[in-house]
Order: sequence, then C-alpha cells, then structure tokens
Amino acid sequence: MAREEVNNEIDEMLIDGYEVQQGQGGDTTLPDEFNANYLKLYYGKLFPHADLYKWMSYGNDGKHPACDPSYLGRREFSYTLDNDIYVRFQSFNSAAELENSIKDKCPFKIDIGPVYSVDPSKRHAYAQSGDNVFTPVERELIFDIDISDYDDVRYCCSGADVCLNCWPLMTVAIKVIDTALRVDFGFKHILWAFSGRRGVHCWVCDAKARKLSNEGRAAIAEYFRVYKGNENSYKKVSLTGHALHPFLARSYTDVLKEFFETKLLSSQNLLSSEERFEKILEMIPDQSVTSELRGKWQESRRSSSVKEDINVVRWEQLKQLLQSGKYKAQRLHRCVEEIVFSFTYPRLDMEVSKHMNHLLKAPFCVHPKTGRVCVPIDPNHCEEFDPTTVPTLSQLLEELNREGLTTDVEGEWNKTSLRSAIRLFRFLFLQPLLEACKKEIESSYNAKLKQSKDLLSW
Amino acid sequence: MNNDCSDLGSQEKKAKMQVVRSHTHRASYPSNDAVSVPTIPLYRSAPSLEVKLEEFESFAIDRLRVLKGISDGLSRGKKPEEMATLVKDLWKANMRHQHASEVLNKDIISHFVLRLVYCRTEELRKWFLSMESALFRYRFRDQSAEAQRAVMEEFDLPYKAISNVEYEGVKDKLVQVARSLGQNSSTVDAIYYKVPFEEVPELVAGRKVFLNQGFAYVAMSQVVSLVATLFRSQLSKALILTNRKWISSIRENEKHRLTPIVEAMSSSYLGPDYSQPREYGEITLKDIDQVAKSSFPLCMRHLFDKLREDHHLKHGGRMQLGLFLKGVGLNLDDALAFWRAEFSKKVGLEKFEKEYAYNVRHNYGKEGKRTDYTPYSCQKIISATPGAGDQHGCPYRHFSEENLRAALSTMGVNSRAMEDVINKVRNRHYQLACTLTFEALHGMPSSGINHPNQYFSDSQKIFQQKVSSRLQLIFKPILVNCTSSPRTSNKGYGCGEANEQRRCLKGGETSMEGFFSLSSFGYRKELI
Repeated sequence: MAREEVNNEIDEMLIDGYEVQQGQGGDTTLPDEFNANYLKLYYGKLFPHADLYKWMSYGNDGKHPACDPSYLGRREFSYTLDNDIYVRFQSFNSAAELENSIKDKCPFKIDIGPVYSVDPSKRHAYAQSGDNVFTPVERELIFDIDISDYDDVRYCCSGADVCLNCWPLMTVAIKVIDTALRVDFGFKHILWAFSGRRGVHCWVCDAKARKLSNEGRAAIAEYFRVYKGNENSYKKVSLTGHALHPFLARSYTDVLKEFFETKLLSSQNLLSSEERFEKILEMIPDQSVTSELRGKWQESRRSSSVKEDINVVRWEQLKQLLQSGKYKAQRLHRCVEEIVFSFTYPRLDMEVSKHMNHLLKAPFCVHPKTGRVCVPIDPNHCEEFDPTTVPTLSQLLEELNREGLTTDVEGEWNKTSLRSAIRLFRFLFLQPLLEACKKEIESSYNAKLKQSKDLLSW
Repeated sequence: MNNDCSDLGSQEKKAKMQVVRSHTHRASYPSNDAVSVPTIPLYRSAPSLEVKLEEFESFAIDRLRVLKGISDGLSRGKKPEEMATLVKDLWKANMRHQHASEVLNKDIISHFVLRLVYCRTEELRKWFLSMESALFRYRFRDQSAEAQRAVMEEFDLPYKAISNVEYEGVKDKLVQVARSLGQNSSTVDAIYYKVPFEEVPELVAGRKVFLNQGFAYVAMSQVVSLVATLFRSQLSKALILTNRKWISSIRENEKHRLTPIVEAMSSSYLGPDYSQPREYGEITLKDIDQVAKSSFPLCMRHLFDKLREDHHLKHGGRMQLGLFLKGVGLNLDDALAFWRAEFSKKVGLEKFEKEYAYNVRHNYGKEGKRTDYTPYSCQKIISATPGAGDQHGCPYRHFSEENLRAALSTMGVNSRAMEDVINKVRNRHYQLACTLTFEALHGMPSSGINHPNQYFSDSQKIFQQKVSSRLQLIFKPILVNCTSSPRTSNKGYGCGEANEQRRCLKGGETSMEGFFSLSSFGYRKELI
C-alpha cells in the first residue's frame, strides 16, 4: 500500500513537470541542471534497484540452504544527501528495504562500502563487547582512475575537465588493467563504470577478489604501479633490468606503443613546440643526445613539410637516434619505452585499491556536477565509449516524458537511452556473475555435506 | 591450511609455559620443533618448559634488540643483501647462550614472551609481525638447501614443482621475468612452483614472478617469500589468539608477576606513538606559522608550505600533515579552522565542508569507525608511494636531489651540513639525513629521529631550555635593579638572544627568524 502511494505521487509529479514545461516554452526540454526533483523521478522510474540488489547479494538471496541470509545486511551503503549531509553505515536486509530507502532519502550520491563481520548499522551494540568484532571481511577489489592525475601529460584540459582528445587515456587504462586482471590474475567478473565526470571505476567481483586481504590488494595495486614520480622528482617512470616484465611488455606492444605513436603524439601535439619537446628531452639522461635533437628541431621548425605531422616526424628522429647505437650509454637502454610509459601508462589511485574499507560510488548514480549517469563501460569496446554523450538526468526525463505514460514490460528505462547501459550491466556482467555465485554456493554446500557425512561415518 | 591454524590455536591453549623463580632442571625441548634442530623453529606451540623469571625478561629483551635493529635497518631502506648481513650480526650478538644446548630454548622462549608483550594492541601486533617475519625470512635464507627443504616440509606446502612439459610451455616468460630482474638467462632457475598469487604478495607487488590465470610461477630461489608469507599468516592468527587469552585470563592471573614486566617491555622499546599530545600542551592557530618554521621536520614543513601556497593537498598529504598536527597538539576546532582557511580559498567553503571536513573529524576519531588515528612514523612515511600530484612522503627519499637541496637551503641548512645530509641520502639513510638536518638547525646533537612528532618535541625541548635559561638572565636584572623599565629588560632579552643564537645556530637567516618567533612562543608558555 505504502509503495503504491509513492508511485502515485511520482506519477503526479511527472505530469506536473511535463505540463509546466509545456506551458513555459511549448517544447519539451527540461532545464539542464541537476536537481532533487529530477533525481526523485530518476530513482522512482529508472534506477535499476533490482539489479543493484541482485549484484550486492551475490546469490545469497536464493532458496538454497547454503545461502547466507545476513550477507546483504552486513554491507555498508553510504548516502550523500541534499545539503551535503553525509550518512554512513546504512544497511538493508531486503530488496524492498534498499529500494524504499533510496526512493525515500533520494541520495545525491550512493557509495558502496565493504561487507562487515556484523550489521554496520548495529556496530555500536557490538562495540560494547570490547573485542573488535566490527571489521570488514569482504570487499570487491576496486580501482579508481582519474583523468586529473594526467595533468602533466595532457595539454587540452586540466583538472576535472575532459574532452575527446584526452579521454582515450582512460580507454588505454581500461585496456591495460582489464587484460591484466583477466589474463594475469584470472579474474572474470569485472565491471567498469564511468565515474560521471572525469574518470572510471573498476569493480572486480570474483569471490577470490572479494576475499582478498589488504596485503593481497596492495600487492595487485603495486603490480600495476609503474609511474613512480611525484610532484618533487623528475623521473616519472624508471624501467630497469635487461627486459620488461611480461605484463609490461604485453601492455607496451599491444596497447601503449600504438596509442602513443598513432594517437597521442598528434592529438596532444607532444613535440610541436619547444616548451613541449623540452619536456620529453628532459627524460633522456644524456646531454649529447638531447642537444643533437634540440639542434635538429629548432632548425627544422620552418622547413618541415606540411604534409607530415611534425610530432610524428620528430618522434621518429628521436627513436632513430636512441636506437641507432650511436650513443651507447647504459641509461639510454629503455628510454623510448620510458617516455611512452610516462605518457600513456595507467595511473591508479593506489590508496583506493589497497584497503577493504574504501567507499566507492555505486554505478547508475548521477553525478551532481555533470548530471551524467555513471553507466557501465564495455571493456571490449571501450574505445567506442564517449563521455560527452553519456545520458544526463534531464535528457532521460525528457525521453521519459516524450514517451508518455505507456508502460513497458521491462520497465520505464527500456524506453530511454539508459536502456543500453542497463542491458550491458545485466548481460555482460550480472548474469555470468550470478551463475558463478550459484555454482560456488552449490559446491561449498556439497563440500560441507560431504564433510559432515565423513564425520558421521566415524 | 585453515585446519592447520585452528589446530595451532588449540595446541597453544593447552600448552603452558611455566615460569618459576628458582632454577630447576629443564626438560629438553619436546615439541615437533625439536625434530629439525639446526633449522629455524616455527613456534607452533608454546614450549612446556620452566623458565626463570630473570630469563623470562632478559631473553625477551635480547630478542627485542634484534627486532629493533631490524626495524631500524628497514626504515633506513637497506637493501636485502645488507639486511641479511645485519640480521646475521644482530642474531649473533644477542641470541647466543653460554650453553649451546640452550640456544634453541632461548630462541623459543623469547619469541613466546614477546608474543605476549606484542599481542595487546593492533599497532603492537603489526610491528611484531613485520619484524618477526623479516627475522624469519633472513634466517631462512641463511639456511642450507637441505634445511630449507625441511622447513618447507614442516609447513606442509601443498604445492608441487611444475612438470617439464609445463615448464617448456612458459619458459620464455620465466626467462623474461628473470631478465627483467637483472639476472642472466643462463642462471635462470629450473625448478618452479605454481602457487595462487595471493600466497606470494611481495613477489607480485615487485613484479618478480610470471603470473598467469591467477597463478604465480615461483622460482626455487624465491621460495623464501612463500614460506615467509605462510609464517606471517600463521603468526598473525596466533597473535589474535594470544591476545584473547591475555585479556581473558593471563593479565589478571599474572597481575603481580608477569603482567608488569609484559606491560613495561613494549612501551620501553617502541617509544611513544604521539597519539596523546600531552607533553607540550596545545598549540593554537596563532602559533602555527611560527612553530612550523622552527620545529617542523622537512616532510611536514614542505606540506605546510605547499598547503599555504596551493591551498590544497591531496589525500596522502592531508593525512600525513593532519595527523602530525594532531600529535603536535592542534585541537579539532583549530584543525578544522586551519584546513578550512586554506582549502576554502581554492575549492570554496561549501566544498570544504562537504568533502574535506569529514576527513578532518575522521582523523580525530569523530566520524566513521571512530578510531583515534595515530600520527605517521618515519618508517611509514618513508615507505609511502607518492604519485602524480602528491606532496607527501619523506623528502629525503622522494625528492630529486636538486629539489631536496633547494628545500634544505630554504630551511636554513648551510652548505657544509648540506653535503653531509645529501651523502646520507645517497646511501639511503633517510632518517640519519633528517637527524643531521635537525642537528644543523638546532646546533645540538640529536639522539636520532624516528618520528616527525619526536623531531617536533625534541626541537621544542631545546628551544624551551634556551628560553628558560634566558628568562633567568632577564629576571635577575629586574630583581637587582628594580628601577629599570620593562622596556630595557625587553631589550636585554633581545640582546641575550642574539648572542645565544650566534653560538647555537650555524644555520642561515631563515632559521634564525624561526628561532626568534619560537622563543616568544615558548616564553609566553612559560609564563602561563
């Protein structure tokens, strides 16, 4: 009954909103900004509550005797509400509880935390007992990559801004990390999502990943860390040894090299001006090489033909010189690779991945600044993803209004541009994940059964 | 493996290490550890032997010297080979016993006593776990191949060496990994174990193994890492059990005998953690710029200056500086005001309250888990991994030489001291470099810097001593000559200070400036 009322209210609001728009301008466009009323509609009509619930339950919502009915209830959700109120340690025991809470509180942002040993909303009760029983026990392995960490290698934008010239850096990051997670670490259930503004999030959801210790998480994050520079030292990437580790070698030959040479060089004009090429020359630890190149490039500024891209020409010259064997300095050994890695290799926010208790924004949230939905990204087709065409809240509501009140069996979202995002989430990620969870629950149950039988026979 | 560990727990509960006052005969060590005599004990169960009270303490202190030495070595960034020698020497120097037959007993007894000492808080457990694991690792490396295999057998490793067929299939990759580590292809191991990657986190972290489908290919020469990880995880679980036992019974039962010894031992060696800024009372916002100049170590001074300059710090920097300031005595309200004043210039007041204030309160245990977080030690700061845009970490380790020189001269380190500092840095003695900086700026010897908050309080101590001795000088003339006006006495104060400075400080202009302002701060404190 209560739910019905909520729905009625939302229907009314929709009609209201629609009519107001009609009256004002005669067209159906909604004002572009993000606001709480839109959000309420979004959570009421479009947000895939059931999918979020199924994901977070990891198969523990079934009838199987080995299901852990307390599983979802031990997961922390956090809300950022209107007026910047931050509420941590929310927990829910059922799909309905989760959905009603989201619809009711209408959070500007939903963060997902770890699964704790006990219900996080009752943590104080457990704290009385003295022993530290309130502790995180499971958490997806997560990665957070922000384009703002690439500010020293992109010239088109800075800070939170992103455009189609620098976004491919994110695409490259997805390719490198996704491949390594699957091939090197053997993970299968990986969700990539647009963070709504300036980067991507990655959720590795295999049981083994969720149960990793902090030490194991840190080890994986370190495995991925190549970029070692900080604000106070020059050397950003240092590759030593006689060969590259197989993971780095694969990343270089399969992804980074081509991206750098065919895309980034030209799109960011990395060698076009003196200021920019000096930055690359700085990475070559040999005066004679740098001065030879500098001489060539300062001279050739005018004489170069229009046809060829000056960045590509200069890069070829640099490579030729470094690899010609003319200069035999030991330190020049890996210089070409080091430059490519410096400019293109993924830069992870290490702290996010290292600890179980880091919160991360749930997919399908709406970014309050951009109004864009945090939609999943298909890692197999990540180069097709365009952050500037991700559906915004106002666009979705327009689509919803345009379609009117006809109902769709699948849900309202099926008529909007959220359709492909939700289908991607379901078919590429959720379904295979839940199948695997079911199998795991089954096999752990059988193992227990066998164990207890063995005990009986004694 | 899990079963194994729960067994451990129950064994431990049953086993009793009896402590006696008088010397009685001692049974030879009966547990399974004794089987592998010359190798390293795995400390799976507490020995059932009688221990003299004096030995209870003295053995433990000897072992603590070893662990402390390892801790120092690690925080100075020593290379594995250097650590190996260090551990060997430390062990030789401290863990000998006049009776050869007692050496193993001393090893085992001291380990179990320290378990008791270091089981009591998360922080203590973490330290003990790291140091014991390092100790185990280097002792294991030092064993003969035969002894190593014996230890592996005792751990009951479920992994088998990979077959020839499998080896040929991945050989190229294995050679590639070996070459990436600087080895020649000819010396590549022929025996490899295939283990789940999470069993060898440090090999994964260093990209020292080939990974495929979740399995790491561990060379025979890397097996130490596998064994050490096992040792570590078993000890970690055992420490939790010991802690429960300590809380539930030992502490109370041994109230008059062992408990005081146990409680004294950890604090005497780990030093204060600076979570309670009692020593100097509080500093306030007004003082902060002055004390930052005079008494902050470079790592904090740098963050402080950057914050003032950019009105922003990334998360790592906020944590490092924020917890330090808490340890220094900045209360929560002042801390909020301090961060707000800077951040609001860059991100606006609203965004600060929304995104950053929570973290400040969190550090003071007012949000989230409500843990009162402790300031970072040198070891933690040195092992940080600052990335793009990050300002935190240890400048001696993470700055380029050029930037470090610039930073040091801003601080007021003169050129001769500078060379000494840089020399230490080149040898990766980061804490010694910091100690030399301290000495150069304060004109006093230092016992060694282990913690940024220790740097701060040592610095404050020196300044306060100087101020209080000077105060006496000032007050004397006032008492003798009551007619002199406050003005003249003030003058006298200034003169005395200038003279004192020349004697004490070899530093440049900036540090003198800092010195001036600090003394006025200390002065006021004295009067209150």
